[in-house]
Amino acid sequence: MASILTVDDSASIRQTIKIALGNEGHEISEAVNGVDGLQKADGGNFDLIITDLNMPEMDGLTMIRELRKKPDKAGMPILFLTTESDAGMKQQAKDAGATGWLTKPFASDQLVRIVGKVLAK
Amino acid sequence: MNNTDPLAVFRVEAQELLEQIEQGLLDLERNPQDSELVAQVFRALHTLKGSGAMFGFEALSAFTHHCETAFDKVRKGEAVATPTLIGAVLSALDHMRTLAESPDAATDGGEALLADLHKAMEGEAEAEVAVVSPAQKTWRIRFSLPADCLVNGTRPLSLLDELRGLGEADVAAVVDNVPELGALTPAECHLAWDVKLTTTQPRSAIEDVFIFVIDDMRLEIAEEPAVLSDENDKQKTAKTPAEKTVADNVTALDSARKPAAEEHVPDSATTQHHTAGETVRVPAERLDELLDQVGELMIAQSRLKQVSATNADVNLRSVAEEIERLASELRDSMMFVRMVPISQLFGRFRRLIHDLARDLGKNIEFVTEGETTELDKTVIERLADPLIHLIRNAADHGLEMPAERKAAGKPETGRVLLSARQAGAEVVISVIDDGHGLNRDKIRAKAEENGLIQPGAVLSDNEINQLIFQPGFSTAANVTSLSGRGVGMDVVKRTIDGLRGAIDVSSKPGQGSQVDLRIPLTLAIIDGLLVRVGEGRYVIPLATVEECVELTTEQDQRSTGRNFLTLRDALVPFLRLRDMFATGTDPDRYQKIVVVSTGSERVGLVVDQILGHHQTVIKPLSRFHAGVETFSGATILGDGSVALILDVLHLVAVGQQQEERLRAAG
Repeated sequence: MASILTVDDSASIRQTIKIALGNEGHEISEAVNGVDGLQKADGGNFDLIITDLNMPEMDGLTMIRELRKKPDKAGMPILFLTTESDAGMKQQAKDAGATGWLTKPFASDQLVRIVGKVLAK
Repeated sequence: MNNTDPLAVFRVEAQELLEQIEQGLLDLERNPQDSELVAQVFRALHTLKGSGAMFGFEALSAFTHHCETAFDKVRKGEAVATPTLIGAVLSALDHMRTLAESPDAATDGGEALLADLHKAMEGEAEAEVAVVSPAQKTWRIRFSLPADCLVNGTRPLSLLDELRGLGEADVAAVVDNVPELGALTPAECHLAWDVKLTTTQPRSAIEDVFIFVIDDMRLEIAEEPAVLSDENDKQKTAKTPAEKTVADNVTALDSARKPAAEEHVPDSATTQHHTAGETVRVPAERLDELLDQVGELMIAQSRLKQVSATNADVNLRSVAEEIERLASELRDSMMFVRMVPISQLFGRFRRLIHDLARDLGKNIEFVTEGETTELDKTVIERLADPLIHLIRNAADHGLEMPAERKAAGKPETGRVLLSARQAGAEVVISVIDDGHGLNRDKIRAKAEENGLIQPGAVLSDNEINQLIFQPGFSTAANVTSLSGRGVGMDVVKRTIDGLRGAIDVSSKPGQGSQVDLRIPLTLAIIDGLLVRVGEGRYVIPLATVEECVELTTEQDQRSTGRNFLTLRDALVPFLRLRDMFATGTDPDRYQKIVVVSTGSERVGLVVDQILGHHQTVIKPLSRFHAGVETFSGATILGDGSVALILDVLHLVAVGQQQEERLRAAG
């Protein structure tokens, strides 16, 4: 199954993702902010990153931009999972190279389906 | 069913976020321009809103949203973090706390708080409108989504919310394509929406709302002529309820997991404890369990040590030594895990002072020192109530009203200093105010009235100060809504006694008073020095031991009656434990003096023999013996016998008294 990195400063959200996707047999790693996410992404070989937008240290947008600079991460699917729904933000996320945008709150089965879809591509 | 339950994790997280917000706001009060602080508060509010909605705390999430919006404006420079705004959000925090604890609690007062918040923002908002008022345009937006959009994670409700966020929106659902009930699949979406949006935003802003929606949706955006007939308006308003039902259905999909989450609620009691750090969260009870087991291991290990010492088998000895080393490392790591910085505790009091200053009409500056000092987690939790009481007392009874202070030639703003520092095996926490100090005459009169002391009894200043800790002593003369709520200083004393700590009070009339709480670093296991006095064995906490010297026969004889030792030109009083404990045996030929200290004061303890280092698992004395001040507890030695643990603080005090008596005698 897939190896997925979840980047979120909220432990409860990480835990929810971990349980939802872990039950599907995916292997989930956690990072608590953008800086941590970058490091973990560098150190591991992930099939997908699911990231929050607003985080301390480094936000999700900056992290995505940094990741997309790296040749081996250029094509990696990266989903935003955020309470934010500002259109300008979405445009920025798209420009930065985000694969998709999911809004919190989300249902576990919904997340599982989307992740399945993204991974199938 | 424990900390891996996301709901339980959320509860802990919510408390931490609320704490963060509170701290951030209080900091902002002093530095309203600090953009990093604003960002920090905003982020915490944002996370709380997001996670709250995730775990069924809709009321919390909705309420937090308003505060978040306010801070978003501040963050973007559209508003200023005025004291009014900070005050409004601080008041709102308490409401958020209630909502986070019990999501279904009656939400009285929420609206009033929001009204305050909006009022606080109003000045800003008006200014903003006055400056930026580009022409409003009305758009007609019509969109439909593919039938499987819900399955793919698109949420029509959030799209509609976003459109509403752009300006005034009238939303109507188009139900023409909804199939017959029999042919309806609940997970499919057959609706289309008709939105009339009045906004100052450009067309691109509307298009952006739909940016991440799967490609095969239909979207038409058209500009409407500015004037609309009333009839048209009414028609759409009438349709709105239909849209609402749909919206509710969408949320219902999301909340399908809720009942499952609620099953875990009984477990949430464990999450009441805050754990520091952000990596692994473990319920405090597990740490306690682990510590207990480490304690038992230490006792078993000292038995092994004893067995191996009387055994010639080299292999047994080497493995015993290995286990001793490992066990003591394990103990240290265990202790380290339980240590948390006291800042966690101090942080809570800033809010207390804020409220006290407001309620009492006093100007209070709150200063903290030594927040990085670490203490055992359980100790920190038990210190909260005594400190709240002491701080309240300092602010309420200690500090004078501004006018009174001015008249006394003091700055109008009173000062409460809360400091922590480590001294030997203890942490000293001081609450210091610069108010009028304790009124000893009043205390004395009160104590006589309550029958705590005999009229005319001769008492030292310190003894009078200590009277306030007597049960039944209450400064009822000035009970206010804040102090004198029935929790007296005797409760403070009892709590500190329970922690094997001590309280010192000092006070200078007109200059203020100081209460020192001396708390042992940890409650459970200490490094001890095992000594023998007569037949009995005793443990001296190693952290208090400065050095061990021999008591020469010459010194022994010379100092009879004058128990002083010259140690590198300093005079150190010493106590003969064999006399104190009346061992009734002859002293060893080579007696030893263990010099112990409590930071500034030293005293020597004369013992017969020093047996060596001992990992001491502290067991409390029975209630019957709890009043014995010389011993702070007991421990079990390797051979199963009991050794008493000496209370160094008490012994030093005895030594100092001896010194004073000697000085007084000339």
